[in-house]
Amino acid sequence: MIKWLETNTPKLVLAPSFVAVLIFVYGFIAWTAWVSLTRSRLLPKYEIDGLIQYDRLFASPRWDTAFNNLFLFGFLFITIAMILGLSLAILLDQNIRTEGAIRTIYLYPMALSMIVTGTAWKWILNPGLGLEATVRGWGFEDFTFDWLINPDMAIYTVVIAAIWQSSGFVMALFLAGLRSVDQEIIKAAQVDGIPTWRVYTAIIIPSMAPIFLSAFIVLSHIAIKSFDLVIALTGGGPGYATDLPATYMYTMAFSRGDIGQAASSAMIMMMVVFAIIVPYLYSELRSKDD
Amino acid sequence: MKHYLTGAVSGFAILASTAAFAEPQAEVLHYWTSGGEAKSVAVLQKEFADKGGVWTDMPVAGGGGDAAGTALRARVLSGNAPTAAQIKGPAIQEWYEEGVLADISAVAEANHWADVLPASIAAHMQCDGTWCAAPVNVHRVDWIWANAKVLTANNIDMPTTWDEFNAAAEQLQSAGIIPLAHGGQAWQDATIFEAVALGILGPDGYRKAFTELDTETLTSDKMKAVFDQMRIMRGFVDSNFSGRDWNLSTAMVMNGEAAFQIMGDWAKGEFIAAGQVPGQDFLCASTPGDGFLYNVDSFAMFEVAGDEKQQGQSLLAELVVGEEFQEVFNLNKGSIPARIDVSLDAFDSCAVLSSQEMNTSSENGSLLPSYAHGMALRGAQAGAITDVVTAHFNSDMSSDDAVQMLANAIANSL
Repeated sequence: MIKWLETNTPKLVLAPSFVAVLIFVYGFIAWTAWVSLTRSRLLPKYEIDGLIQYDRLFASPRWDTAFNNLFLFGFLFITIAMILGLSLAILLDQNIRTEGAIRTIYLYPMALSMIVTGTAWKWILNPGLGLEATVRGWGFEDFTFDWLINPDMAIYTVVIAAIWQSSGFVMALFLAGLRSVDQEIIKAAQVDGIPTWRVYTAIIIPSMAPIFLSAFIVLSHIAIKSFDLVIALTGGGPGYATDLPATYMYTMAFSRGDIGQAASSAMIMMMVVFAIIVPYLYSELRSKDD
Repeated sequence: MKHYLTGAVSGFAILASTAAFAEPQAEVLHYWTSGGEAKSVAVLQKEFADKGGVWTDMPVAGGGGDAAGTALRARVLSGNAPTAAQIKGPAIQEWYEEGVLADISAVAEANHWADVLPASIAAHMQCDGTWCAAPVNVHRVDWIWANAKVLTANNIDMPTTWDEFNAAAEQLQSAGIIPLAHGGQAWQDATIFEAVALGILGPDGYRKAFTELDTETLTSDKMKAVFDQMRIMRGFVDSNFSGRDWNLSTAMVMNGEAAFQIMGDWAKGEFIAAGQVPGQDFLCASTPGDGFLYNVDSFAMFEVAGDEKQQGQSLLAELVVGEEFQEVFNLNKGSIPARIDVSLDAFDSCAVLSSQEMNTSSENGSLLPSYAHGMALRGAQAGAITDVVTAHFNSDMSSDDAVQMLANAIANSL
């Protein structure tokens, strides 16, 4: 009996959460996939009606905007947050005296919820209230910074706020990475008289590849799931210029009683996530096998 | 157990329930949670309790009813529908098609609803010929509000055509006043759009476009003229309008920063709460053109089991359309009674005007449902139109493109 328990306790302990994940994650993914193939409106229906919802989705200019915004936002957000985070980490890595305090300051935005970030930036970027009004008040009458109300530029304000929120976190990730590089190699390089920038570009950064991957995965999750930031900052506007797939899905499911349409957009979002996760899992699993 | 708990809330009811005495019960799901609205619901609760009923309140705040809709869906899907839920417009029929609404024709006929409600509003309350919902109030949507002092100072009268409006707005603009207070949220863009559409297309054109979704009307030259006017209106709003809430726009009219606002009569509540007097500090008029766009709040009645609940449902329906509740509720809410036989002595001049015009437009067939507030079309179609309206208003899209997009969006939403 004891022997049986010894071998089976881990399985027993894991079973409930395994079942829960099976139902509440994979079960509901399957349910959503099913509903996305029906003509569900207010309440879910279960008669399959082909790919009608996907046809509607791709014929919708609003989905077009939302989907393009996802890539524009995702690309700029991930790239700039990584570059900024890495630069901050390298600058902090120069054994400066107040590192602890500065690190905390940069990391703090991460402690705020996206709603707070969005609301604060909404006020900062509001032309009549924030930055533009302040600079004009200083005497620069022609100064204009109205991205928030310009439908072509509004998505970039979402990028700015998201970067402000997340780059400190990326910095912390990279800083940990920098510290984990073997000091012996760096010292050896310094003994050989190699300039510091070469040490970084040729030794430290290449050895941090796993950190880059982690940062990328974390940031792309934030990008794809972005919802509260947009709601607080622009409300999807002006018009629907800053809609993202998540806000599109919410509108369809909860405001418009169009559950089929919401389900199909959710499936597309999931496919985008899979397109990122699957190669990652593949490389992870393979490197463990080796 | 739950029965006892809810009974305990109303105190003496404990006695009644232990005595196994059947009393009407109603569980009401609604989203009237803000100050004036909550007060209005309390009126109904009190009347219900006075008649010996047990009221279970289920307020769900947030998202202009989105959250309440989600809660309702969960309740209905789990087979535990509330007695009544705040649902309006074609959504009532949508729920009826799911087979979950009750038939309250007995109450409606006993109280002669068909005689006291305007025909087009009564039609919303009926599902396949039976009564399935009870109307609470009538909000008029196509109002234009103005700051009286600003208009007098600039020698401007309330506009009666859109050309007059444009001329007045240009004059105000050159005098350094924001002509139109507006908040750049999709539903507010849609509110202006439908007022302009009613004025330019006329009541018949509006009906064809927004209730019948007639492609010919939707792509007509007149519809292009509607979008042209929207483009002109875009020039009359200030540059900070994006995302502004409607009540902040009302405040701009109140303090003379802006001259006009186009908004439903809930804006009146803001003026009055600020101590302003209609006709003296602020003016109300229908937007240029004929017709009346209504936004009617109502309770849809759900199929419930058990005598107590069914009695509660009948009592609720009777009270909601009763004269007393219609008067008190609407005085609190700023709207007008849905019944046409309620005395308007206690109401302000804007409400009296609204009621008069509701009656005349009901007679000549121009009492029309507001599309922007979910009265004319189902969610998917109304949303598709709003997407185009707000995209056009917030960009430099041409009216020809907008009309084409409108036709495509509607076809795609069906």
